[in-house]
This record gives sequence, C-alpha cells and structure tokens, in this order.
Amino acid sequence: MANKLLEVKNLKQYFGSPSNPIKAVDGISFDVYEGETLGLVGESGSGKSTTGRSIIRLYDITDGEIIFKGKNINAVKSRKELKEFNREMQMIFQDPYASLNPRMTAGEIISEGFEIHGLYKNKKERQERIGTLLEAVGLNKEHANRYAHEFSGGQRQRIGIARALSLNPSFIIADEPISALDVSIQAQVVNLLKKLQRERNLTYLFIAHDLSMVKYISDRIAVMYHGKIVELGDADEIYNNPIHPYTKSLLSAVPHPDPLSERQRVRIPYEHEVVDGTASVHEVAPKHYVYGTDAQIAKWK
Amino acid sequence: MSKKLLEVNDLKVNFKTYAGIVQAVRGVSFDLHEGETLAIVGESGSGKSVTSNALMKLIPQPPGIYAGGEILFDGKDLLPLTEKEMSKVRGNDIAMIFQDPMTALNPTMRVGYQITEVILKHKKVSKQEAKERAIELLRQVGIPMPERRFRQYPHEFSGGMRQRVVIAIALAADPKLLIADEPTTALDVTIQAQILELMKEIQKERNTAIIFITHDLGVVANIADRVAVMYAGQIVEYGTVNEIFYNPRHPYTWGLLGSMPDLKNDSQEELRTIPGSPPNLLDPPVGDAFAPRNEYALAIDYEKEPPMFKVSDTHYAKTWLLHPSAPKIEIPDAIQKRIEGYLKEAETRGK
Repeated sequence: MANKLLEVKNLKQYFGSPSNPIKAVDGISFDVYEGETLGLVGESGSGKSTTGRSIIRLYDITDGEIIFKGKNINAVKSRKELKEFNREMQMIFQDPYASLNPRMTAGEIISEGFEIHGLYKNKKERQERIGTLLEAVGLNKEHANRYAHEFSGGQRQRIGIARALSLNPSFIIADEPISALDVSIQAQVVNLLKKLQRERNLTYLFIAHDLSMVKYISDRIAVMYHGKIVELGDADEIYNNPIHPYTKSLLSAVPHPDPLSERQRVRIPYEHEVVDGTASVHEVAPKHYVYGTDAQIAKWK
Repeated sequence: MSKKLLEVNDLKVNFKTYAGIVQAVRGVSFDLHEGETLAIVGESGSGKSVTSNALMKLIPQPPGIYAGGEILFDGKDLLPLTEKEMSKVRGNDIAMIFQDPMTALNPTMRVGYQITEVILKHKKVSKQEAKERAIELLRQVGIPMPERRFRQYPHEFSGGMRQRVVIAIALAADPKLLIADEPTTALDVTIQAQILELMKEIQKERNTAIIFITHDLGVVANIADRVAVMYAGQIVEYGTVNEIFYNPRHPYTWGLLGSMPDLKNDSQEELRTIPGSPPNLLDPPVGDAFAPRNEYALAIDYEKEPPMFKVSDTHYAKTWLLHPSAPKIEIPDAIQKRIEGYLKEAETRGK
C-alpha cells in the first residue's frame, strides 16, 4: 500500500456569522495516497471547491486537521516552512481565461514562483527551465514570450498546468480543470495530466462535476453532498455498486453517447433525507465508505 | 411523414472585423419537421451558435452580414424580412432558450411580468387572462407554487428553476420552433436531466420542433432525432441519431466520440484526441478544413473541398474517404468496439 500523502480529519469550513454559519464543508475526513488520483464530485454548492481551497490554505479552516506528509499544515507558522509547503502543493484552476494575468507573458507567469522561492537565479538557467516546462505540457519554447490572449483555451490551461509544475510539487489540486474546455480539448488536457502523473509520480485531487471524466481519471472517488462526503471508494466500485441514494441519483443523471440506452434511461430522483446526530461513516465493503445512520445503511444495501 | 417546418439552404454568415472578413457560417443546409429534434454539435467557433442566431435573425448588422442562402420557415424566406416583420416571427413562431439562465432574465423585473409581457405582445388577451396563462405555464414547466413564484424576482430562483422560467417565456406565445442554445451547459447533471425530460414532455404535448445546440454528445444521444455535426462553419456529417452514433463516417465525428471517456466498457486506454485546433475562419483553408487535424487525410483533401457523400437516404458526410476510389478506412477500433458493446447491450436489454 502506498504512503498517505495527505490526511484530512474532520475538516470544517464555515462562512458567515458564527451564530448562523453556512456550513460549506461540514466535518469531512479522507486520505490521499501517494501517486493516486482522488476524484471529488458533487453538484454546485456541495462544498467540493471549498474543500480544495481549504486544503491549500486559501481559507483559514474553521476546525479539523490537515496533515500533509506527516505535518499538520495549520500548525505551520514560520515563513520558511510555509514556503516549503507551497512548493509541495499547487493548484490548477477552472477558468483558463481568468487565472492567467493578461499583462504577463507565459514565461513570466510560469517563472513567478522561481522569484518567490529564489530559484534559477541565472537568467539562462531560468529560460531553460521555462522551455522544458512548456515542452512538458505540449507547448514550445517560443511560446514563452507571448501573452495569455494569444493562446486558445486549451493552450491557456496548459500554461496553468506548467505554472503548477514549475516548483516540482508532489501534490496538485485540480479544481474543475477541464469544465471550461471543448470536448476534444478536454481529452487532450486529461491525457496530459495522466502522462505527467506517470512521469513525475504526482498525486492529484481532481475536483469536478462531470462524473464521466472523473471516473476515467480517478483511482478513487469521493462524492460530496451538502458539505459532507456521502460515499467514498474505488472508482469502479462507486460506479458499479453505489450504495448512497445520492450517488445513485447522480449516476443515473449522466448521459451516455449511446442513443438506444438513452431512450430507456430512468432517472432516479434523490429525496433529501434528514440525517440525525447518529449518522457516521460505515465501511460497507472493503475500502468502500458510506455516510449515514445504521438504519439508513441497512435500508440502502 | 410530418410537415416540413424549416428548410435552410446554403446559409452563409460573415463578420466584418478589423482583421478582415470572418466566414463564420460557410454554406449550411438542413431541414426540420414538426415535432422533431435536430441537434447541432460542434466545438466552440464551429458556427453552431451563429447558425441558430441567424435563424432568428439575431446577428447584429454590422458587423454581421448575411452573405447568402435562404431560411424557409413554413415556406417563407426569413432573410429578406424587415426588422418589424421579424419581430412578429420571434417569440410567436420561433423562440429561443439561451445558455445562461442567470443572464437571460431581467433581474429587476418579477418573473411573472417577464412572461405576461410576451403573451400580451403576441396574443390578443386581457391582462388578467395573460396572468392566468403565465401561471399555467409556470405550472407546466414544473415550478411548484406558481401563484407565489409569479410575484418573485429571478434572484429568488435556483439555476434550474430559472432555466424553467426561461423555457416558460419561450413557450409563452406557443412557438412552432424552439431553438435551445446550450440550455443545460451551465447546470448540474441532475438538473440537466430534469430539464431534458421537461423539453421532451413539452415537445410531445405541443408537437414543437426543437433545434438543440450543444457540445455534449451524451445530451445529443438523449434528446435528438437527427444530428448535424458542424466544423469550421460547415455541416460535415448529418444523419439520424442512431446513424451518427452507431455508424459515424466522418473522421471529425470519430474524434468527438473518441474524446469522451467510455464509462460502460471499462477501458483505461488513452482518450483519442483531435490534435491541433480549429482553423482560422478569416482565411479558411483550401480543400477540406479538417484535413490538417485529420490523421486519415488524403492528398486531395488539401486541394479540393469534398462534397456531401450519401451514406444512406438520411445520412450524409462531407469527407473524401467516402469517394468510391478512396482507400477503405474503417471506423477506428476503439470506437468500433465501443459501438458493438452498446449494440450488444441493447440486444440483451431487448430480451
């Protein structure tokens, strides 16, 4: 079994007034193992993006622990340690139009991290490094001097990926990295992410609402609903034997490029079930976890 | 066969820009019958939205230019109509559902008013009758408590509910043709499934023809009777939904199908991609516009534009590969296998 790279324990992220908070993430726990891709799916408002942003410290978490490589990252206070953490964990954003500074060239965007971390001070070395990064994501060296608006959506997302790779991270959070792209470009980016993972032994947290791509890229999938992880397990297991009614409903809504089966598709609607205080995480099959009360789990099975 | 409602012949739309003339739609022809759904698929920039906007004559002029062709609606050409004549067609005969329900509604007006406005413009009814109709419409599109919702503002609705309101507005004057431009792209899958079901129900009740624009092939398989695949401002393949999904003939269609992960047959092989990016329509390439991205491109593809080759009475594809003297190239293995899997599954379901 691979090592645990990231442990999230009882993470809570509340927004708004403390007396009546909005519980965006409401006590979730999961592990991410080295070299794997964990897919995080859910509808808008389920808390999946907030989870990613909390892990990378874009928010101060309300409660819980995030342990990365054995260190509790919320206890890290010194600048030096923070920088080290920032090098290890990087993010790829959804909107390739909004996430690149239009006043910077691709080279400047990719090398911004070098400045902050004092790497590749020699100009020639830096140019070389930018060139290899651009080539790694399927662009070429000449692209370094161009501005974001000169690139197509797919190319921009490649620059976003090159920026995330620039500091040699071990863990990448990809927040809906392909949702804004065309189908044929989506496939290019997903293939690239898979290739980079193989070559560099990267670990991904892949956040998306598109279940079909998530199933394709992920080793394991966590399904989020209303700030909670309601089901977590191997990608095939979640897909073939979903237990939680919400997961079933979500799967039944995904359209397939197969007209004959589409004509007979029956969507399973999800009725929100109130969970009382006794709900907990159950292991229904080896490494397949479902959140609910004892009675619910028995019924769902 | 039901009545032919719409016939588009060799439609061309250009845009004048500082850099030159962009040929966004380069000779598109298709037809549509009552109660039928045609899906237009393609990547961004393929001209699918420009085509649908042109049907409503919503292209701003300038910079847009209707450079040729005709749009026959109920036998009457829409292109020469004046703006005043056209405003009677819009809403009344042809209505549109836009992609983003967040921006398609006026945030400062109650939704009830936004629906009655359309009814009052196109139908000779009193205000009270219009209100009753609007509430009935809200009920039909599946909005609970329509009397209360009638008095609310768009921000009080969720995304899926807003799209239902947009559909209610589109249906207000009982149009014969509904154009839906990516109506579910901004929505969650579960909400998307509900909206698709709703549109099918409405179509059944009213015998409305639908043009459905999308880039999601799963959605196409769900809703379409016929499919037109667009690339670089042209229709490159055209057929019934079964023909397009189970017997695709154009390499671009293969690319689109291959770039979707296959959830049913559990394969971990790489997704097929279409290398490169679409051509610049300021200066469309000579010959087949898809040739530079096509791994099966022939020499002639770079010289001469292919015509539409007939595959069956309902199925056409614009590729030289279908020419009798072209080398025999079959559907790529991965896609063929997937199709066989689907067909086998359908067979076992049948039993």
